[in-house]
Amino acid sequence: MPNYQARVLVNLRPSVLDPAGEAARSAANRLGVTGITKLRIGKSVELQIEAADEIEARQRLELLSDRLLANPVIEDWTLELEPCSSTS
Amino acid sequence: MSIGIIVFPGSNCDRDLKWAIEGCLGLPTKFLWHETRDLSGLDAIVLPGGFSYGDYLRCGAIARFAPVLESVLEFVKRGGRVLGICNGFQVLTELGLLPGALTRNKDLHFICEPTSLKVTSSKSIWFESYQKHKIITLPIAHGEGRFQCDEDTLKYLQDEELIALRYAKNPNGSIDNIAGITSADGNVLGLMPHPERACDPLLGGEDGRFILQALLG
Repeated sequence: MPNYQARVLVNLRPSVLDPAGEAARSAANRLGVTGITKLRIGKSVELQIEAADEIEARQRLELLSDRLLANPVIEDWTLELEPCSSTS
Repeated sequence: MSIGIIVFPGSNCDRDLKWAIEGCLGLPTKFLWHETRDLSGLDAIVLPGGFSYGDYLRCGAIARFAPVLESVLEFVKRGGRVLGICNGFQVLTELGLLPGALTRNKDLHFICEPTSLKVTSSKSIWFESYQKHKIITLPIAHGEGRFQCDEDTLKYLQDEELIALRYAKNPNGSIDNIAGITSADGNVLGLMPHPERACDPLLGGEDGRFILQALLG
């Protein structure tokens, strides 16, 4: 069965305050890195999945992202998916 | 008559609840391991505070898939009373029994202190004996208690009088000062403050007793 490599990026929705991001942005200023006008912290989840084809893999990962990896009340997610040759 | 206290891996207020409900109120309790599905003989269920499953991914995100909660969903449908405290509140929102979500405190601090709260709805069984706008004091102890929801949900909560408790002085940035909400049917209550830590005058107050007493009506 084909194996797919995926990455799900989870971010707080734009309307939700990200205090950790704000704290990091303020630290950037203290480091002397100026000009950072926005800093939002999210999560990156790397997965490999076996599925009959890419459509099935995508459907299963969309369900996973929507129901477990992200909470749609406060978070948005995006899915990146590509075939992978090895299972390592 | 007995009250079930769910124990997730990482719960840490389960024993406090047993002490408060049995020792202070004289009501019987039973611990429910998260893998059980058997709620027979129980009249109410409490989800305790703590860090279920280490709060991995998000607070309550993994606990929500615990087998015991499938039975809790059925229990709620039949009108059973369910109380979620702190992490228990977070689990109830992840489970969809209550709307909204709890996010990182505005100032990033873990806040552990007594807090003044306003009872802003006496519509539900939990606060029907309270006068509206009564001020009570309960301790809070959380790093992620900032209630968030979209504008439509907020309006729904306001219009239906489902916001049971509001902070008198907002400690965490919660939208509309929300500290606790009930379900539309009123049998589910989720709140960030800890009523089980306010059941004995020696520990600084007894305002939590009435909330726990409401478990058995």
